[in-house]
Amino acid sequence: MSHLLVDHIVKSFGPNEVLSDLSFSIEKEEFVTIIGPSGSGKSTIFNLIGGIMTPDKGIIQLEGNNIIGKRGSISFMPQTPSLLPWRTVLQNVLLGAELQGKKDRDKAIEMLHKAGLADYVHARPEELSGGMKQRVAFIRALLSPQSLICLDEPFSALDELTRLEMQKWLLSIWEDYRRTVLFVTHSIEEALFLSDRIIVISVKPTKVAAEFEVPFNRPRDESLFLDEEFLKWKRTVTYSLKNEGSDNDGEANRRTYSFRSI
Amino acid sequence: MNFLIRKGWRPIAVLILLFILWEIIVKITKVPDWLLPAPTMILNEIISGWTSFYPDLVSTSKIAVEGFLVGTTVGLVVAVSLHLVPWIRDSVYPLLILSQNVPIIVLAPLLVIWFGFGLLPKIIVITLTCFFPITVAALDGFKQVPYSHKHYMLMAGAGKSQLFWKLEWPYALPSIFSGLKISATYSVMGAVISEWLGAEKGIGVYMTLASSSFRTDKVFVAILSIMVLSLLFFAVIVAAEKYFIRWQSKGGNVE
Repeated sequence: MSHLLVDHIVKSFGPNEVLSDLSFSIEKEEFVTIIGPSGSGKSTIFNLIGGIMTPDKGIIQLEGNNIIGKRGSISFMPQTPSLLPWRTVLQNVLLGAELQGKKDRDKAIEMLHKAGLADYVHARPEELSGGMKQRVAFIRALLSPQSLICLDEPFSALDELTRLEMQKWLLSIWEDYRRTVLFVTHSIEEALFLSDRIIVISVKPTKVAAEFEVPFNRPRDESLFLDEEFLKWKRTVTYSLKNEGSDNDGEANRRTYSFRSI
Repeated sequence: MNFLIRKGWRPIAVLILLFILWEIIVKITKVPDWLLPAPTMILNEIISGWTSFYPDLVSTSKIAVEGFLVGTTVGLVVAVSLHLVPWIRDSVYPLLILSQNVPIIVLAPLLVIWFGFGLLPKIIVITLTCFFPITVAALDGFKQVPYSHKHYMLMAGAGKSQLFWKLEWPYALPSIFSGLKISATYSVMGAVISEWLGAEKGIGVYMTLASSSFRTDKVFVAILSIMVLSLLFFAVIVAAEKYFIRWQSKGGNVE
């Protein structure tokens, strides 16, 4: 049984069909990335899984249980860190668990130490850099008791160097604390570097356009970015996104060219 | 304290200069005392009349604090219910603004007719002047909660009360304190007005007696005491704010 099953989801806002017949699934402890141009309804997918919105049609199941309209079934890391400024780092990372009524202070302190935030346990978010804030937000998601973590373009607001640092950091932490991860990004390299599987979605209406198993062994390090095989894969995924674009309007086409390349 | 001295000496110097100027003008033009007393005369009255004025001061302070507490409670309850129940906000908010358009001076005799001369009409007057700034400030604070924070809380499964107590209430606290500061100074004014309705003692009574007997120096004592009392209330709220909201002091870059 898949950990998360999204089956034939349809969602429209008024006359706009945002998701038409979207289906995918994630296995336990798998790292899956959804990649697609901006405006392809990625946030809508999260809002549906998170239970903030309900689909017009289709099935969403977590470990076999229906979670349509049920909030709090997943743990979430948003695009902006969204840390509460009046709480210390420690109190912030405990927030997700606190909402579910299960706090583990010692584990939180241990994880903050592992994450290189030992000096900032009792600091307030305003004292942290952008990258550190995102680390705190990720640990908050890891400490939440839910088994599936959804990450919504968590590194898109960071600069290039910090982003690479964060990607490596995320992998190392994830390899220590294995969880099922659903990651959304619009960077092909980020997707290839991090995930086990990549799901490419098309824009308007949103559906799965292609799926790739990423063959690289773990643990991975940054030398992978220059690997021949990696570049070949990057080309393949880029083409699949571009083909998606050519079927649609010119705007979508332009979007695919704006993808980051080092 | 050092900060106060560094920043505070300019206005204090200006104030002293004004007093000196006032004293000189009164002395030169020989204005009669009942028209405009000299500052030294007012000072004399404060010192010599202190024992008889003191009970009035205490009475007004007490009623102002009581009215302020009731007004704050009402203001917060109104704000929270308006925030949590949208249909109440839509139907009641315009009426709230209307309630502020009725001058308290006009309302006061009505309150006496309905509730007599006791404590109740006085508390109502102060509450009416106090609650509105708090309600508006709190509602504003609740509205300013960033969407990203709210979205995270909802995705993480926060219930309505968790959303309120863990996010919206603490987020609105700085705004609420802005409202409290305004209300604190209003409460003294409200207390004095309420005493004009009829009371045995209080700054309002003292003022009425003083002006009807042309003791202008006493009127100035009353005005001065109202100002000092308001300032004191304000300072207490600022101190409370500093204590409760330490997180905003460093510029408050909220993300």
